[in-house]
Amino acid sequence: MATVHYPEAEFGDLHRRLFILRVGLLLVVALLGLRLWHLQIREGPYYRDLSENNRTRLVLLEPARGLIYDRHGVLLANNVPSFSLYVTLEDVKDREVLIQQLSNLLGFDPTLIRKKMTVRGSKLLPRKIKDRMTLRDAMLVESNRLDMPGVMIQVESQRNYPGGVTAAHLLGYVGEISADQLEKPEFVDLHQGSIVGQYGVEKSYDRHMRGMAGQKNVEVDALGHEKKAVVVERPQAGNDLYLTIDVRLQKVAEDLLGQEYGAIVALDPSSGDILAMASRPGFDPNMLSRELTAKQWVEIVQDEGRPLNNRASQGQYPPGSTFKIPMAVAALETQTMSPSSTVFCNGGYQFGKRVYHDWKASGHGYVDLHNALVHSCDVYFYTIGQRMGIDVMAEFAKDLGLGKATGVELPSERSGIMPSTAWKQKAKHEQWLPGETISAAIGQGYVTVTPLQMASLVGTVANNGVIYRPRLVQAVMDRTSGNLQELPAVPRGKINAKPETFRIIKDALADVVTKGTATRAKSSMVTIGGKTGTAQVAALRTGPEENIPKKLRDHAWFVAFAPVESPKIAVAVLAEHMGHGGAAAAPLAKEVIETYMKLAPQVPAVTSDLSGVKRSERSAKDS
Amino acid sequence: MIDRLTEHRGLDSFDIRYVALILAILGIGVLSIYSVTHGQKGGIAPYYLKQLIWIGLGAAAFLVMWASDYHSLARFAYPAYAVILLMLVFVLFEGRTSKGAQRWIALGPFTFQPSEFAKLILILVLAHYYSKAPRVGWLQRVIVPGLLVLPGLLLILKQPDLGSGLSFVAVYAAMLLMVGVRSKALGFILLFSIMLFPFAWEGVWGSLHDYQRQRIMAFVDPGYDPGGKGYHALQSKIAIGSGELFGKGLYGGTQSQLKFLPEGHTDFVFAVFAEEWGFLGVLVLLTLFVGLIWLSLEIASKAKDQLGALLAVGIVAMLCFCVVVNIGMTVGMFPIVGIPLPLVSYGGSATIMTMAALGLLLNVKRKRLSLFY
Repeated sequence: MATVHYPEAEFGDLHRRLFILRVGLLLVVALLGLRLWHLQIREGPYYRDLSENNRTRLVLLEPARGLIYDRHGVLLANNVPSFSLYVTLEDVKDREVLIQQLSNLLGFDPTLIRKKMTVRGSKLLPRKIKDRMTLRDAMLVESNRLDMPGVMIQVESQRNYPGGVTAAHLLGYVGEISADQLEKPEFVDLHQGSIVGQYGVEKSYDRHMRGMAGQKNVEVDALGHEKKAVVVERPQAGNDLYLTIDVRLQKVAEDLLGQEYGAIVALDPSSGDILAMASRPGFDPNMLSRELTAKQWVEIVQDEGRPLNNRASQGQYPPGSTFKIPMAVAALETQTMSPSSTVFCNGGYQFGKRVYHDWKASGHGYVDLHNALVHSCDVYFYTIGQRMGIDVMAEFAKDLGLGKATGVELPSERSGIMPSTAWKQKAKHEQWLPGETISAAIGQGYVTVTPLQMASLVGTVANNGVIYRPRLVQAVMDRTSGNLQELPAVPRGKINAKPETFRIIKDALADVVTKGTATRAKSSMVTIGGKTGTAQVAALRTGPEENIPKKLRDHAWFVAFAPVESPKIAVAVLAEHMGHGGAAAAPLAKEVIETYMKLAPQVPAVTSDLSGVKRSERSAKDS
Repeated sequence: MIDRLTEHRGLDSFDIRYVALILAILGIGVLSIYSVTHGQKGGIAPYYLKQLIWIGLGAAAFLVMWASDYHSLARFAYPAYAVILLMLVFVLFEGRTSKGAQRWIALGPFTFQPSEFAKLILILVLAHYYSKAPRVGWLQRVIVPGLLVLPGLLLILKQPDLGSGLSFVAVYAAMLLMVGVRSKALGFILLFSIMLFPFAWEGVWGSLHDYQRQRIMAFVDPGYDPGGKGYHALQSKIAIGSGELFGKGLYGGTQSQLKFLPEGHTDFVFAVFAEEWGFLGVLVLLTLFVGLIWLSLEIASKAKDQLGALLAVGIVAMLCFCVVVNIGMTVGMFPIVGIPLPLVSYGGSATIMTMAALGLLLNVKRKRLSLFY
């Protein structure tokens, strides 16, 4: 195979040359070994000192969180610069001494500092001990830093909510990531001290608004003092959110509830945009985004008004007579009742041995569907409920969005309950009783809904059965590219019902306001259709309302839409322990609607490019 | 080819000591990569896992090279060189850039570095040339092969990849030494080099990136920009030195774990290992390398024909050069030129290429055995 052979002499030569190569190799390796011995053994202690003392620290640069605006570009959440105190434990000689120094200097709680310092994590990475420090405290630390090795002040941005309590439940608040959260895969990029959304939109859109932390390499000397910093990676700001709410309407809704407990939801039926979502009592997100003491936290959590509870999406109440709306849809669609057929109401409905009372003891006489809705005749609905059965009722109510989460972008939305025979078997392991169908027919018994579901329901009826997912965010602005991504409205489908059905029901709801149970919602400005409801809290009561302790009084409901001819707003009001819907809730809904009708044509107070776009779109749609 | 393998009991060439040394060094590499990159993301998979994949591919390359006939491989040397030169040209225009150098060709989610494979092909080219061409004067011995080396060398320096370029020169020099350069020719080369030096310096220095010039300046004058480029070399020395006799243990390397060491899983992986395992660990690694090179030289010296001997010498030269220069730069003996530590540093192209080269070496040993049957 090998045709070319080199002469024997050269072959011998090769061996000589390879020998040189071997000697050369051994020499070089010996040299390397000597060098390593010199570095690791002779100068080892010196380099060990260097590595322990003269080393660099990796410091994270927190990103600026995305801003939140309302639909017209009014700022709802921003960031303000603040000072944070970091400690690198590796550089701390005596922890207790440092804790003493810090608490003497700044009046910090020693146990809190100690707790922060014992959180699991690398001793080499700085950990956040305190944020939102005042300028004065930061200066104090800076001027005493030479005595406190390992201590570092970083300028960071703090979340700030200029509106204070306004829209607190929607916006939510931010806070330091918890140990549990750190374990979760969605927070894999984060670290102890990271700020994440803990509630509201801040939580559900955290991924968008969080941004990405940067890093810098800080060279420190033997005492842990910063000598030189090199930015390795700049932080990336999070994206901005544009909400669907109009903060002016939001304020009106919150003010209307005042000191009472309850919720008001207003949305645009043609898109599902939530225009206002008020829940009372509220809280100040600025306070919660700061570090709370244990005592403050206990106070908030144990407050019997449960201010952290968003009653609009998490509060579950019996719908009372507002449930007659889905009942009417079901009755017409299943042809359980024709629009003209009547039921005689003598003030009670006999079923077995029990009599189910109408709210009007004297009875309503002969009522058809229209009058049954207008005057909220219970007997009429007992009758059709009995004829349809619970499962048919449940099917229609669920189609209209009751008893299931709407999918709004808020954490911990509750679904309420729309009972059925299957539900009871599963939840209670019991048979459905026929009498329970009668209670359910007027929105009592097991039936519970959230105010948000009710607003969505009345919006769907106003919109002739087209159902949208209620939404809170209409656009996301990418900070790095500057691109504004508008999120489309999310249709959830169309209720399979005749247009005639919705026409009949809307006519009746209009008459509820003009001559029925909700005349207090009557407006000279705009036509309103609506339905009152009273959700029973305690079953057995005697005597006049005033004698009943407040916490046992009924909840007042009112759901409405306006203008009746071409609905632009759907509203649900729930006022806890305020008695009858017609008296307590209806006027609030009217206020919200009138405010919105006044606001709509107005030029927004604060404009941005976005609101300009939105307005022209809306006017195009209107014309 | 296959029948000859069985006929001549070619399996005897599968030297288990040789393979064990390779596996031991690879193991140290994976361990060090794991230590320095754990908790770090390496794209679709962690670095150590990707390195295991490269090793798997490298093992396949090793077996293929071992099982083939190096004479047939040598016949493909020129066309292969032409292809790799085209790839190097392609890299200059379309290559993927990382850390200022344009060295990679993207293949879907993977990238490969033609300059790594060019090294092995160059060895084949030179071995083929010297074993075939008449070698009567310095023109055939020095200039013609030099012209063969030049296009590849220039294209690689243009990327710039100083490390690969230097290993080209090292392979060329080792081959020259082996074919026997007469004193007259040697003198001429020296004179020629001295005359060309200012131009070459201009060419090489001018083609370097700023950071490379700074690294070399920092090496020549340690006081030059101590906080900048010289600082990296210093940190590597601190890492190695602070390992002392026993090392700081796995994950214990503060220098490397703090991610201060640049390229801790690639070019500076030796510093990571030295910090965590100390002088004793380093001695073990050096012994493994010396053992591997020793066995390789033995194969070279017992090659049956000149092609085999030259191939083996070229591969040994490349291996030695990379090991010595890489360790040398981490301990501050050489300037930082960007050469991976063979079989230890993270990297697909280099790992696969090195294992293929070692497979070829073992192949040369089999051919030697076949002579006696």
